Amino acid sequence: MAMERRDFLKSAAAASAASAIGMAVPTEVQAKADAAGNDWRWDKAACRFCGTGCGIMMATKGEGADRKIVAVKGDPAAPVNRGLNCIKGYFNAKIMYGADRLTQPLLRVDKDGNFDKKGKFAPVSWKRAFDEMEFNIKKTLKEKGPEGVAVFASGQYTVMEGYAAQKMMKAGFRSNAIDPNARHCMASAVVGFYQTFGIDEPSGCYDDIELTDTVVSWGSNMAEMHPILWSRVTDRKLSDPDRVKVISIQTYTHRTSDLADTEIIFSPNTDTALWNYVAREIVYNHPDAIDWDFVKKHIVFAAGPVNLGYGLRRSDDKSIKEGKYTALEMETVSKEMQKEVSAKEGPALEPFGYKTGDMMKNNGGTLGHWEISFEDYKKSLAPYTLDYTASVVKGDPNEDIESFKKKLQELAALYIEKDRKVVSFWTMGMNQHTRGTWDNTLAYNVHFLLNKQARPGSGAFSLTGQPSACGTAREVGTFTHRLPADLMVKVPAHRKIAEKQWMIPDGTLNGVGKQHIMQIHRDIEDGLVKFAWVNVCNAYQDSASASHWIKAAREMDNFIVTSDGYPGISAKVSDLILPSAMMYEKWGAYGNAERRTQHWRQQVLPVGDAMSDTWQWVELSKRFTVDDVWGEYKPSGKRKTPLEDVRAKAKAMGYNGDTTMFEILFANKKATAYKLDQNDPIQKGYDNSECYGDERKVVGSDGKVFEGYGFFIHKYLFEEYASFGRGHGHDLAPFDVYHKVRGLKWPVVDGKETQWRFNSKYDPYAAKETKGTDDEFAFYGKIAKALQHGNLEGKDKDSKKTPLKNKAKIFARPYMDPPEMPDKEYPVWLATGRVLEHWHSGTMTMRVPELYRAVPEALCYMNPADAKEKGVKRGGMVWVESRRGRVKARVETRGRNRPPQGLVFVPWFDEKVFINKVCLDATCPMSKQTDFKKCAVKIYKA
Amino acid sequence: MSKSSREPLSDRRKFILNMARGAGLATLGGFVWSAYVDEVTASTLLLRPPGALVEEDFLKTCIKCGLCVEACPFDTLVLAAPGDHKPVGTPFFTPRDVPCYMCEDIPCVPVCPTGALDEESVSKGGVLDIREMDMGLAVIDQESCIAFWGIQCDACYRACPILGEAITIEYAKNERTGKHAFMKPVVHGDVCTGCGMCELACVTEKASIFVLPREVSTGKAGAHYIKGWDKADDARVKDAKAINTKTRLSEQSAMDSLNDSGDLY
Repeated sequence: MAMERRDFLKSAAAASAASAIGMAVPTEVQAKADAAGNDWRWDKAACRFCGTGCGIMMATKGEGADRKIVAVKGDPAAPVNRGLNCIKGYFNAKIMYGADRLTQPLLRVDKDGNFDKKGKFAPVSWKRAFDEMEFNIKKTLKEKGPEGVAVFASGQYTVMEGYAAQKMMKAGFRSNAIDPNARHCMASAVVGFYQTFGIDEPSGCYDDIELTDTVVSWGSNMAEMHPILWSRVTDRKLSDPDRVKVISIQTYTHRTSDLADTEIIFSPNTDTALWNYVAREIVYNHPDAIDWDFVKKHIVFAAGPVNLGYGLRRSDDKSIKEGKYTALEMETVSKEMQKEVSAKEGPALEPFGYKTGDMMKNNGGTLGHWEISFEDYKKSLAPYTLDYTASVVKGDPNEDIESFKKKLQELAALYIEKDRKVVSFWTMGMNQHTRGTWDNTLAYNVHFLLNKQARPGSGAFSLTGQPSACGTAREVGTFTHRLPADLMVKVPAHRKIAEKQWMIPDGTLNGVGKQHIMQIHRDIEDGLVKFAWVNVCNAYQDSASASHWIKAAREMDNFIVTSDGYPGISAKVSDLILPSAMMYEKWGAYGNAERRTQHWRQQVLPVGDAMSDTWQWVELSKRFTVDDVWGEYKPSGKRKTPLEDVRAKAKAMGYNGDTTMFEILFANKKATAYKLDQNDPIQKGYDNSECYGDERKVVGSDGKVFEGYGFFIHKYLFEEYASFGRGHGHDLAPFDVYHKVRGLKWPVVDGKETQWRFNSKYDPYAAKETKGTDDEFAFYGKIAKALQHGNLEGKDKDSKKTPLKNKAKIFARPYMDPPEMPDKEYPVWLATGRVLEHWHSGTMTMRVPELYRAVPEALCYMNPADAKEKGVKRGGMVWVESRRGRVKARVETRGRNRPPQGLVFVPWFDEKVFINKVCLDATCPMSKQTDFKKCAVKIYKA
Repeated sequence: MSKSSREPLSDRRKFILNMARGAGLATLGGFVWSAYVDEVTASTLLLRPPGALVEEDFLKTCIKCGLCVEACPFDTLVLAAPGDHKPVGTPFFTPRDVPCYMCEDIPCVPVCPTGALDEESVSKGGVLDIREMDMGLAVIDQESCIAFWGIQCDACYRACPILGEAITIEYAKNERTGKHAFMKPVVHGDVCTGCGMCELACVTEKASIFVLPREVSTGKAGAHYIKGWDKADDARVKDAKAINTKTRLSEQSAMDSLNDSGDLY
């Protein structure tokens, strides 16, 4: 195709002009512009790092297996980032080409090549790898039932991978022991959404930033963790510096405070008291600020038990009884059963029937709650006077209490100010919290009282950390208790919907989903889980009390598999390692924190023999027949009833005993209808390793060259998954549409995305519910929408349930201490987190030379006065030691993070500074999300 | 980062150090003049240890003993070896390899036997003070610095040991996107010590922020103009004096030029 230079200039100019103003470029013009350019091809994708969801363009060069990603640019047409990126995004082109990429399956073997748990890794074929997995899964199913087969899943799965994994686990193996690392990052937000709205995910969107007058960052370092969003906040501040206020509420000073008008340094865990103080200011001192019309129409008040414990191991756990926990560890773990109410939390707990010095017996986590009166709610706020709140909350011992009080008053005044729009942002600070669910609901309380929720420019807004924590982990439902689109495994009607959709027998799905990610680790240590597979995460680096789980994996009788791109800690403690295709080596889709779903095409062939996680799951499914997995299972783990034999029903559906799960779940008649077609503009010219195979001629799971499935499996997986949510408030657009636009925010109804949910002006579902009324809102979520009644001390067991259609909830929830606080032996708070330069456990970013050079090691950030007192110097080494373990780290007293006295901060990206050996595996007892933000340590010179 | 703490010198390091020392002493004997000139020219671009005298005096005073190099716990300082095209045997550092980590006790300075590294110049009130160090000054190439493109980087700012003072962030609206802000690093010469942590951290292929000796990286505004809005700038008046100016136009005396009508008519 000869293209004149003039034509080239014309189409290139048209294409860049179109992208600059955010227009979709007709594919043909784009292709012409590309072809006219040079030997590279640009195509759109989403950034691999963080939940912001920046759009990028990838340039690839070369032919076939030699085609490589050579460059990346921010996508100027992407509404989130308009062509910009942070420095992690800037290096997307380099993340896949680290020198030590895993390129072939590796198995621990003895000198004869037989599997040996104590052996060294040696390369094996894909066939051998699947043989070992098949053998170990079958053995485990027989010994332990489905509960013995577990998966550490991910918020970095593509939508299709997550859906394939979930389907094979829940429908195939009938195991709900699949739970993502996203549990560690936003489970408290999810339970907060369920409890408050009855449906998951934020009501607002990023446009709130440009529309608001006030940004309050609660325990979130947005400047480093969501840099592109922070640059939008900064722009908003610059647009109207006097009107726009930025408040930074943190446990230590960091980059986010740089822009803030006011910084509030609070003592770890006391943010719940701070939220209640703001609510008290409204209810007691500014009752006129309450929008009673809104509250009466749309809100009910609720409470639940407070003696929930801390999500730690309980005294009847096998490993506790076997003495696997030291006396030192037990000092903290014992609080799970009972604890003495402290003088700090005593006043806050009084309305709930406890006082200082009482022994609180903890019954473990429950989601149960009941309706209470407004008067009871008001009573729960009574303790949070300015004096009490300031004394509990003030986190910098050297700050003057009076000036601190002024800041609290200023904070409340900004929320309360009439006509002032307010957005409250948070991420890990409020979620990684032993009262994380409470903390989330307390945020909505304040916004609801003032009618500043689900409105343009106003709302409490939970941000996510991972690129598809929303899109895959939550929406697809790769959690132990979930099915797609907010369906729950414990609800029989929901299981039926999934069974019908998946064309599997009625009664196949397991109704007990209690193996959350910490439970899977504990179940391995207890000997219940014997097969575990790590997918797209680093479960052995990212979990607190890490030494326990590593020891269990290495020293007990079990089989651990890790699929990864690079050799991280999880791979090192595994028995089998599978080389995974990374991000742009496969077709995929992610969903960001503002409900925006974004798709991309496979840009290049994977390296070596690496194959996608989707392929690995689908290949595994070929190894299991109806007879293998759908018989009866005796009670196991927390499941107290048998799982029925569904093979007869399967036969009635036309399946045989030897029909494979591949045929039923992945290559069924619905699936094969999605045709491969090189005339389809979406597919044309792009690789598809799963569907066609590819020129690498990878020898697959059957020992033969893999030639592809012959149908468009990614499109099938996406469309089938999407069908769960369409018509139910989770509507996604068709697969092809996402390849033409820069993502859409669901629900997508009649081709239109939704900016503000529950608001009838913007959300078609709310509009439908409020039709014929003058109601502005409908909180139409369906979960926990009928409640019994009670007061702050308990539920009236005889009360009738009142339906709460279209209503949201305000919860009475007190400040409580975390289970481990600084004391004489361990006098310092330890908080962990991230730095801008590195992603999670660093397996990818620590392999980018520029990022490695910028931040080669995790530092222990410390107050200079503390360093002086401990006799350590900046640049010197210290031990950071808790009841669970210790690590050595270099001291920084002048860096980007500046803690108050009595607190140190150590990021967790560095496997050489393995801080999760020090952290405590306490969780929010409701959401089961680990609290990585606080435990007690001592610091001494190394 | 290299060393965990102040460990004894490795054999390899000792060897290299001794070699350089030997070479340094040898140059005191017969040396080739032209090489010396090259080296001295090159040395104007070298970053010297904290407290180093001005280059000319430093070269005269430094006896190339290597004690400062030995004292550096981070292997920051090295002695110039023959073929480096730097004055052989003298200590210097290359921030992109190893920057100065600004140890609070500045161990490299008090060990200097000749005062080539001047303890007083890095002390305040008789106490060593890292903020008095002045090894150079960081400069930014705004064309290649990705923060000036709008990328959210600031790696240099976060790496700066005196962040918020030596490097600050200047916020500016990004009119192209209409909703993001630039966060541009700005170096403050009065605070920057030239430690080079920023140069090490810079994520561009070749560092876009780099340290040069202050003489090289700074300009100078004449004392004939004082900032009317800055009281402190009055201090420069002390250097101000009246001078006769001369341009090509005024080369000739008034008389000569008046009498030289050239091709005026």
